[in-house]
Amino acid sequence: MNSRLQQFLPWFVVGLLALFPLLENTFYMQLLTKVLIMAIFAMSLDLLVGYTGLVSFGHAAYFGLAGYALALMVPKYEAVSLWWSLPAAIGVCALFALVTGMLVLRTRGIYFIMVTLAFAQMLFFVFHDTKLGGGSDGAYIYVKPAMKLGDFEMANLEKPAQFYWLALFLMAATYLLLRRVLGSSFGRALLGIKVNEHRMRALGFPVFRYQLASFTLSGSLAGIAGYLAAVQYGFGNPEILSWHQSGAVLMMGILGGMGTLYGSVIGAGAFVLLQEVLSNQAWFGAAAKHWQLAMGIFIMLVALYMPQGLAGLAQKFRGKPATEGADE
Amino acid sequence: MDFAFFLIQLLNGLQYGLLLFLVASGLTLVFGIMGIINLAHGSFYMVGAYLAWSLSSLTGSLTAAILLAIPLTVVLGMALERLLFRHLYQRDHLYQVLLTYGLILVFEELRSLIWGDDVLGVAVPALLNASIPLTENLSYPVYRLAISGVCLLLAAALYFLIQKTRLGMMIRAGASNRDMVQSLGIDIKLIYTLVFALGIALAAFAGMINAPLSSVFPNMGSQVLIICFVVVVIGGIGSVKGALAASLMIGLAETFGTVLVPEVAGMIVYVLMAIVLVWRPEGLFGGRA
Repeated sequence: MNSRLQQFLPWFVVGLLALFPLLENTFYMQLLTKVLIMAIFAMSLDLLVGYTGLVSFGHAAYFGLAGYALALMVPKYEAVSLWWSLPAAIGVCALFALVTGMLVLRTRGIYFIMVTLAFAQMLFFVFHDTKLGGGSDGAYIYVKPAMKLGDFEMANLEKPAQFYWLALFLMAATYLLLRRVLGSSFGRALLGIKVNEHRMRALGFPVFRYQLASFTLSGSLAGIAGYLAAVQYGFGNPEILSWHQSGAVLMMGILGGMGTLYGSVIGAGAFVLLQEVLSNQAWFGAAAKHWQLAMGIFIMLVALYMPQGLAGLAQKFRGKPATEGADE
Repeated sequence: MDFAFFLIQLLNGLQYGLLLFLVASGLTLVFGIMGIINLAHGSFYMVGAYLAWSLSSLTGSLTAAILLAIPLTVVLGMALERLLFRHLYQRDHLYQVLLTYGLILVFEELRSLIWGDDVLGVAVPALLNASIPLTENLSYPVYRLAISGVCLLLAAALYFLIQKTRLGMMIRAGASNRDMVQSLGIDIKLIYTLVFALGIALAAFAGMINAPLSSVFPNMGSQVLIICFVVVVIGGIGSVKGALAASLMIGLAETFGTVLVPEVAGMIVYVLMAIVLVWRPEGLFGGRA
């Protein structure tokens, strides 16, 4: 594939996806909306795992926190403005990521995995055990956020197609932002830290500050995904913060291929579709109830036999190294 | 808070802490010696509890059930190490996380297929089904004291095994330099298998003896697992001594927290962890990581 094609391919894909609502199939459009949201979530984790070399097993914390932030901001039977509620939700996530980041970045490796999981679990218990977010039942969002400019209604998010376009726009924006960030000297330094932290420190890079910035950005972007997910489902409950969610997003990233960004999008699509197929009662009957068994086995097989994910398979085909970090 | 009440909470806290130690020590050994992160460790706690329920209803005695179940869990541990974990020693932690996450899903679904999703009860053994009166209306169950006693015995045995025996020497040597130990003619693969099976058997045993107190229910493993992560982080990876100190600390903090400040009890252990991270990121008894 030549580089010119490579440059335009993402925009071609986004253009194709933008046409999807013309098919007027609401079920698949909503499924695709879920894929787009999960793609944002998985890309945010890829920044951390694939480009900074920090394996977090608590990324659902930021996803769920944004959902709860929205649920708590919405007045009961009125719409909240997206213009301030989305930045506010992202801000809450950024702040939480900054504070937890300062603590978890004092550790490395196995410790880092355990500590990120523990902090996510702490947040889970905060929302599960206290009345703050409605306890184990969760909090409801009865009216979807409004997008108005003055009196002009830019989009009505109650309509699946318009919400789909918003998710698509934010997914493309996240991709573009991360490409920019990773192409900058900051992004190159992150890759350097991933490959050899000590050498980067010896070269005079403030490693901790770079990692903290990456951690905070990653948490904020996960917040965008969490906000959208809460809008789509109309509620936030402790499940969205659970470690199953953290495991699932890690799986999406690896399935697609860590450290490629577009792999996260492919991985999110593959994971959501697989989940949908395995739990399809029409196809698997009573076995569909136990779809997690098949999913678990699939995850184990990927971990053992497909470490570079789908992107890795594609690149192996073309004879290139799988991650950008590998040739540094 | 009068003295008898305080004593009861103290004993409960110690008993809970000692039980956590059984699960956490296996976890920290596997981390420290093999460099493997095992998210599915809590599942073995669950498997232990469910085996105790099945076998005790089959044989009519919890003691017999435990004696039957321990060899089963050891075999399970050895088989999993051979089939799955062995392939991941040299790989990035990322894949260990993923593999063991998949394993949790498999264990939970198999549990649901075999035992269903109901909460199950296990009877306290008749011999230990008594209480020691403390005041006219407060008393303390003998079974809890027995658990604490058994856990203390196991802790001592573990210390003896690792510090005083030849096998323990090989285990410690394997932790610091795998290749060197192997070139000295010691079968390090066998040692890894043994350590892994030991860790799993300890977790499963904890599930078995705690089954009469906690009852047996779905997802019981993940609850214990995450608390044990906190224990390992506070105690320091690979340190059995650290695991003991941190387990007791967490056990007491959570028990007294639940009684004194129930609203924030769920958060106390995480706050403790945060404090330790600021103060000593390598854990109380850990070497520099």
